[in-house]
Amino acid sequence: MAALRREGRRFAPLISPRPITAVRSSPFAPSHEDEDPIGVRYISTQVVRNRMKSVKNIQKITKAMKMVAASKLRAVQTKAENSRGLWQPFTALLGDLPSVDVKKSVVVTISSDKGLCGGINSTSVKISKGIHKLNSGPEKETKYVILGEKAKAQLIRDSKKDIELIITELQKNPLNHTQVSVLADEILKNVEFDALRIVFNKFHSVVSFIPTVSTVLSPEIVEREAESGGKLGDLDNYEVEGGETKGEILQNLAEFQFSCVMFNAVLENACSEQGARMSAMDSSSRNAGDMLDRLTLTYNRTRQASITTELIEIISGASALEG
Amino acid sequence: MLRQASRLLAHRPILAARTRAFSTDLPASEQTADATFAEAWNKVIPNIDPPKTPLSFMQPRPPAPSSIPSKLTVNFVLPYASELATKEVDMVIVPATTGQMGVLPGHVATIAELKPGVLSVHEGNEVTKYFVSSGFVFIHANSFADIIAVVAVPLDQLDANLVQKGLTEFTSKLSSATTDLEKAEAQIGVDVHSALNSSLTG
Repeated sequence: MAALRREGRRFAPLISPRPITAVRSSPFAPSHEDEDPIGVRYISTQVVRNRMKSVKNIQKITKAMKMVAASKLRAVQTKAENSRGLWQPFTALLGDLPSVDVKKSVVVTISSDKGLCGGINSTSVKISKGIHKLNSGPEKETKYVILGEKAKAQLIRDSKKDIELIITELQKNPLNHTQVSVLADEILKNVEFDALRIVFNKFHSVVSFIPTVSTVLSPEIVEREAESGGKLGDLDNYEVEGGETKGEILQNLAEFQFSCVMFNAVLENACSEQGARMSAMDSSSRNAGDMLDRLTLTYNRTRQASITTELIEIISGASALEG
Repeated sequence: MLRQASRLLAHRPILAARTRAFSTDLPASEQTADATFAEAWNKVIPNIDPPKTPLSFMQPRPPAPSSIPSKLTVNFVLPYASELATKEVDMVIVPATTGQMGVLPGHVATIAELKPGVLSVHEGNEVTKYFVSSGFVFIHANSFADIIAVVAVPLDQLDANLVQKGLTEFTSKLSSATTDLEKAEAQIGVDVHSALNSSLTG
């Protein structure tokens, strides 16, 4: 069959199969006519075959990436779930005041270093920009502290002057509390703040990630809110043991709260990243599979058309000879 | 086959009991806290949904009862695990910076910082002891105690020889320390190891 096809290409002028081009629906040209110097035209399935090979390779790669993301997710998920108890006592004590009115707020945006993880980094950046807008006004300023390359790339474009600190390569070593505490220490040392707003994606399930903002107030603001009554009004009822002054304990409390909340936030974001990558790679493999199906159909049509054309020539040539 | 795997993963019970099923389950106070934020957000950024805040992910705490409850509810959390979650006990003894503090139901609301020492949980006749590195303890008016520590080890997992070795090592470091930072680090080491020592012996 293949030998016949080769002979056909050398000797007989082929009529290029117009019907193929009419049926072709996809914009990428799977088959095309090749003009030989003597005027012989033949249909090449090589292009379609190359395309199919590359799409199949891409499908394999995305499937492998999905499996890798699934295994990484399993590892981080247990850690993240165990760390969920860590921030709850602080919220139980100090409440949660995202709408507190402060002069200097710092938005800590947590994002991933690697891409191909769906839309979670864009969501975090949109929320951070929203909080920036919410907290800007006369005498109020908002600064950014960025964790992760992806947020850095997006925020550096228009908010370069508002960025205080950029931290990348967070997940080079497995995440642990000591590393995050050191990070929190760096941020607390170098950035002045009245309120810290940590923006991250909370891991709800493998397919759902909830953008969340956690607020940590500086000790002075805690005192101010406690005195003015309202949500933190009960804080004065608490006796503070130890230390020379209440302020010292509150300072330690705020720093500890920040490190605990950061730890949980970083773990949750890592989980969300792996989950988003899993679903992105899954839909990508599925798309590649669909593309491969369509290409296979086109390839078969092209192949059959060229065989039919050769047969027609041979038969018409033979019948012409007979008379 | 892979789709099955992802479906199985999604069906696994991911979250512990601390989620809410519908927004109408939220008690009124949580809704107001989020509401002011949500309103302000919607005014400035109408296109995007406001982000959630931690209050929406937490079980609300019961208010202070009129009479002293019989048991103390303890949450003992560490970065890597929740050792005790809403466990009802009779008493806990925490190593606060001002000394060992016993907490019984009906204790006055307190915030205390912890120093390295032994934490013991008394439930009926059983006593569980942990060595905690440091942290905070919050005692609320409704007889809820939250203990947040960085590291907690059950006492039987401590090795006396290593403790002694560490103690001598840090004492020598303290005496040979030159800068303030080195002195502070060595002092912390000495404190922790002597607390470990006394916890093993006492």
